Amino acid sequence: MKMLKRIAITMVAMVAAVASASAQGTLRIGMTASDIPLTTGQADNGGEGMRFTGYTVYDGLINWELGSADKTSDLAPGLATSWSVGEADKTKWTFRLREGVKFHDGSDFTAESVVWNLEKLLNDKSRQYDPRQSAQGRTRIPTVSGYKAIDKRTVEITTKVPDATLPYQIAWIMMSSPAQWEKVGKSWDAFAKAPSGTGPWKLTLFIPRERAEMVPNKDYWDKSRVPKLDKLVLVPLPEANARVAALRAGQVDWIEAPPPDAVPSLKQAGFKIVTNAYPHNWTWHLSRVEGSPWNDVRVRKAANLAIDREGLKELLSGLMIPAEGFFPPGHQWFGKPQFKLTRDVVQAKKLLAEAGYGPNKPLTTKILISASGSGQMQPLQMNEFVQQSLAEVGIKIEFEVVEWNTLISIWRAGAKHDSARGATGMNYSYFIQDPFTGFIRHLQCNLAPPAGTNWGYYCDPEMDKLFEQVRNTFDKTAHAAVPGSRTSRQSR
Amino acid sequence: MLIYILKRLVYVTPVAIGVSIVCFLLVHITPGDPLTAILPSDATQELQDQMRAAYGFDKPLPVQYLLWFWKVVHGDLGTSLATGRPVASEVGRAVGNTLILAATATLIGFTFGTFFGFVAGYFRDSWLDKLASAISVLGVSVPHYWLGLVLVIIFSAQLGWLPPTGAGPDGSVAWRPDPEHLRHLILPAITMSVIPMGVIARTVRALVGDILSQEFIQALRAKGLGEYGVFKHVVINAAPTALTIMGLQLGYLLGGSILVETVFSWPGTGFLLNAAIFQRDLPLLQGTILVLAMFFVLLNLIVDVVQTTLDPRIQRT
Repeated sequence: MKMLKRIAITMVAMVAAVASASAQGTLRIGMTASDIPLTTGQADNGGEGMRFTGYTVYDGLINWELGSADKTSDLAPGLATSWSVGEADKTKWTFRLREGVKFHDGSDFTAESVVWNLEKLLNDKSRQYDPRQSAQGRTRIPTVSGYKAIDKRTVEITTKVPDATLPYQIAWIMMSSPAQWEKVGKSWDAFAKAPSGTGPWKLTLFIPRERAEMVPNKDYWDKSRVPKLDKLVLVPLPEANARVAALRAGQVDWIEAPPPDAVPSLKQAGFKIVTNAYPHNWTWHLSRVEGSPWNDVRVRKAANLAIDREGLKELLSGLMIPAEGFFPPGHQWFGKPQFKLTRDVVQAKKLLAEAGYGPNKPLTTKILISASGSGQMQPLQMNEFVQQSLAEVGIKIEFEVVEWNTLISIWRAGAKHDSARGATGMNYSYFIQDPFTGFIRHLQCNLAPPAGTNWGYYCDPEMDKLFEQVRNTFDKTAHAAVPGSRTSRQSR
Repeated sequence: MLIYILKRLVYVTPVAIGVSIVCFLLVHITPGDPLTAILPSDATQELQDQMRAAYGFDKPLPVQYLLWFWKVVHGDLGTSLATGRPVASEVGRAVGNTLILAATATLIGFTFGTFFGFVAGYFRDSWLDKLASAISVLGVSVPHYWLGLVLVIIFSAQLGWLPPTGAGPDGSVAWRPDPEHLRHLILPAITMSVIPMGVIARTVRALVGDILSQEFIQALRAKGLGEYGVFKHVVINAAPTALTIMGLQLGYLLGGSILVETVFSWPGTGFLLNAAIFQRDLPLLQGTILVLAMFFVLLNLIVDVVQTTLDPRIQRT
């Protein structure tokens, strides 16, 4: 088994409580963000931002399939109808663009628009360069080195090295309207109030920190995605109890992430709780630096067998999926792990004894946690629960509680840095949409800090070979298989 | 009088500079990197450095302070890190919303506080006093975010009479005192008014009791002045101290309450501060605190001047 993290990975269930659903009318959503996410194209506020002001108003060259709640979503043609990598030169990608697409302001979407939008993020000398969108978008396309319009309908994008994950990266990049930017006086601040994309929704009202309103784009190119509602309203309600109150009082029709203890009463009051797997992991990211007890595979296995994931699920009123790997079972990249994450206290104690620990010599180590934070769910209660589970088998955990933004800084600095305070792990939750965000950034040898966010300095040459394979397997079906074999490798 | 006001204004200057230094430093002591919140979590070191330089965070603190102070005295509070909007406009809008809430809470709190205080002071040790005192002690002691949540549970979630969040059906834009907006105002205003009500009631009760036991009251009564006439004297004598307390309380209310505004998602300065703290939005945090602190300083100045007008003895000291 080559697991790096995984002590308590749980998939966060996507939770929304819904008052009533009808095909027409206005849908008012209480968001967890404290502000309306950036409306200029490249949204901030992470996944929530992309979901509410990214994919609604804008399209990427490549979109995510959003038509089904039952299967994992995959890439789908967006503003590009097809894309391919060069036969001889695997760093040159050609994107064929969709015909007849117009921005909300009426201007045409062309190859020039694509180049203009990439310049907006990558070229700080360009007139339309926007530091705020760049901060969000640039890290999403790390391998892009060049781009040019071949003709009105064709764009060529060059990568620094051959990289088969480019389509996943490109799916992050939203296309804003160059004509609208010119029209509002070449100002992104003005554009934020009157944005124009090609997406299924048009933004009609934007009150910072309070409200955004959207109406359907009836001319949207994908007829199956033309909204049936008349209006969509976004209201930032960062306080969880305030969200529940707003829902119960009928001020909003839908809220995200109600506090778990409010779920039973919401159900009782007739609200519908809708859950689904979120591409998001709640983990203990372990250090593999010299001296860390987690370097011993028996200790890692013991810890994994000790955790009562079902009990944790009960603690959260069912709003989580017990982890069995980086991706949930059934996912195309889940693979065939041989080590199953179940609860087996006896086996866990046996493994620990083999590793040299026992009742007289408990394993004591320190873990960094935060008291709150985006995506961290209920960190204090959940971590204490895990702590109890581990104590049962003889692993004594001390917590060092730091503030969430500080934890992010420590994550970037790496486990060897002084700021890690001698901890051998941290409770960190993150987004797992594609092979890079899901595995590579945490596990590739050369992505250890400061080059990347392999916080724990995990390094396995065999694993690195698989990552190389991911980056160099350009056939799509074969591509899906590689991360799966990686998981099998990981379980050995 | 004019000289007194001018003198006070001169005193305000060092206070204002001190305040600006404190609020600049305070936000820099807080843990966490201001860029963490605005960059994706796996931003490269190169991008972080570039952003740090772009926002001037790579300069030494004294230099950062002087640059900031220079802009502030020219009326520029900088640009919010998280939103990219000018801090002045963000704070301006929030202050407007907090003013609406604070004014309403003031009206409720001061009226009831003064009323309970006088009743308790006049009828000392009677059951009326005990009742009024109990209410005011409760007002001072109850955590107001808890009260806010309880009010929301009862009047919004259970009874459905009043909306629990926001400043109006369409947000705070185009706020006007129509029934729909006033309905949004009731719960947060009552929640915010409870503490000043308690504080003022207790102060006024003590003042009234104290004044009533003084000899000049006996003298007034001995001269045959009616109870109403005596009451007027009590009010005038209690006013300066009560006003000071009210000024301070008004200052607190104008600062907005982070907790109350967050519970009710009221888009005022407290809500803004809360967001700024969580996003490590230093320019926004500094700007908001500075504006609020200046409000406080200004309010103290006004209270002092009013007090002097009411009681000329103060001017001589």
